[in-house]
Amino acid sequence: MKVRIERRLTQPRWLTVAVPVGSLTAAFGLIAVVLLATGHNPAATYRDVFEAAFAANGALTQTLVNATPLLFTGLAAAAAFRMNLFNIGGEGQLYFGTIGSAAAGLLLAGQPGPIVIPAMIAGGMAAGAAWALVPAFLRAFFSTNEIITSLMLNYVAGLILTYLIFDSHSYWRDSESASAAVFPVGKALSDAASWPTIGSSVVVPLGFLIGIGVAIGIWVLYARTRFGFEVQVIGDSPRAARYAGMRTRRKILAVMALSGAIAGLGGASQIGDFRHTLDADPKGLRAYGYGYTGIVVAALARYNPFAVVLVAFLLGGLQNAGSTLQGPDFPSGLVGRCRG
Amino acid sequence: MNNSILVVVLASGVAYGTPLLFAALGELLAERSGVLNLGVEGMMLVGAVMGFWAVQRIGGPGGIALVLAVGVAALAGAAIALIHAFLVITLRASQIVSGLALTIFAGGAGLSSYLGNDLNLADAPARHAFQPVDVFGLQDAPVLGPIVFHQTALVYVSWVCVVAVALYLRQTRPGLNVRAVGESPQAADAVGINVARYRYAHTLAGGAFAGVGGACFSLALTPQWVDGLTGGAGWIAIALVIFAFWRPDLCLVGAYFFGAFQALPFALQARGVTVAPELFQALPYVMTVVVLVLVSSGIAKRRLGAPGALGLPYVREER
Repeated sequence: MKVRIERRLTQPRWLTVAVPVGSLTAAFGLIAVVLLATGHNPAATYRDVFEAAFAANGALTQTLVNATPLLFTGLAAAAAFRMNLFNIGGEGQLYFGTIGSAAAGLLLAGQPGPIVIPAMIAGGMAAGAAWALVPAFLRAFFSTNEIITSLMLNYVAGLILTYLIFDSHSYWRDSESASAAVFPVGKALSDAASWPTIGSSVVVPLGFLIGIGVAIGIWVLYARTRFGFEVQVIGDSPRAARYAGMRTRRKILAVMALSGAIAGLGGASQIGDFRHTLDADPKGLRAYGYGYTGIVVAALARYNPFAVVLVAFLLGGLQNAGSTLQGPDFPSGLVGRCRG
Repeated sequence: MNNSILVVVLASGVAYGTPLLFAALGELLAERSGVLNLGVEGMMLVGAVMGFWAVQRIGGPGGIALVLAVGVAALAGAAIALIHAFLVITLRASQIVSGLALTIFAGGAGLSSYLGNDLNLADAPARHAFQPVDVFGLQDAPVLGPIVFHQTALVYVSWVCVVAVALYLRQTRPGLNVRAVGESPQAADAVGINVARYRYAHTLAGGAFAGVGGACFSLALTPQWVDGLTGGAGWIAIALVIFAFWRPDLCLVGAYFFGAFQALPFALQARGVTVAPELFQALPYVMTVVVLVLVSSGIAKRRLGAPGALGLPYVREER
């Protein structure tokens, strides 16, 4: 018997749930094969993973720490994809977000939290948006494919980050403390610049709550406003949009700036919630690849902002388990978005 | 004369460029068949770790062990590419998402690191490594000696591969078919070329090349295993394919160009000149963006541009 795969003409509702679940199951199956091949018991490993990610003492708190950046980068990718723009630059925009928000936090050093924290958010969003506007501009005016340009700019952003801390005497670099003489580090932000958290048994970072707010905002924007409608028309059929007189170039710039601002907000949350200093260490922020995982999050969530929240939480848990168990960071990886 | 900075930089540029060259040739084959594989970095790392494992575990004389290790690396790279091929060709998943997922799954914090830990490969020097060979006794020849006649065997193999890939694409029937599949799968299908089979074959070949590129690190450049050994070379390789307008001969030039930029800061430092290394490291990426902008203007695109069907799944019914 020969199996033929045919494309569906319409996508039934159950499929939008079945596909992500199916991909995850397939991923787990494949990893089980790897585990078996290297002489581990997959069932026991998965029990440990679940334990470490969601059930153990303090596991949920740590899972939220991992989920927060994925939430922002996932939303950033989802926002751009509504117009068929592939913003692979979430990683670099997140770096720029950390630079921008750290700058705001350092400038306003002595000020109280209610002034510093909004300034950090604004700084992060502005820097992320600015970096995203580079590929957006090239796409809008030279029709240069944004996938590769935004990808290449991630590396440039990473090198700029290294330069600011390791190879220059920039505003962000700490040149006074004793530890900075041994190994270059960024200046520490004031205590007022640390974002508050909510809850005690399970600590919810402010960034995660802001991320949920952003998800609601994106949904409203795309489902309830004229701007969102036009964006979707341009995404689905650029020609129809042109005949209807929609301004495509402006929309490209606006949507990419929005996407970059969300990723930059993720960078601000990294500074405000967790790191409290500009982290350029290749083994620090840059080792996690939150921007790249965010694209997988968005794809798994099928670009639905609310599903992004859920998937980011799930993958955050798996990443947490991966680092707890010293095992591979596997699960966030293998996810193919299969179209039935 | 052979100590002048230009010769030193070019000689190490060739060495540093070789993994880029292998990986870029592989990506070029895949892209010419219409499959964009952003998983190069992941495939390189798995190739690097498995090649290193093979050289540590295979007994016998060094030469044979090294050749077998390169073979293992190629197989490992192809095995990872098979996942991508299945997802994007058979299931028609998004090539971008699948490729990125592949790099995350196999890359610095994923499968390659897991294998490295599980097989206890870290913190041990390689039992054998590729050493530069003195070709025709010309290693001390002025200028050309260090650059051309004193490199590892992998460098010479890569030259053979460049010629082979160029001839294959230009002079053979299957090579012509691949280009047809990449430009217009509909037309290729209409004349009886099996689109899926060609895409599978070239995606797998691309993975094998990437695996060998990874092995260049763990068996020649830095003969050991550390997590994330390739340090982003996979992404430069993807950039290189665009930079070289999808042509194997230009891949060679571009690889050594980018390789020289990686070597330049070290050479300058040794001479007491301190320049921020980031400046040179960023150049390949910036230049690729510039080239992309130039390529995307109308006329240039038709002349030199990407394969027409690059990144698009082929669905027969949608003709």
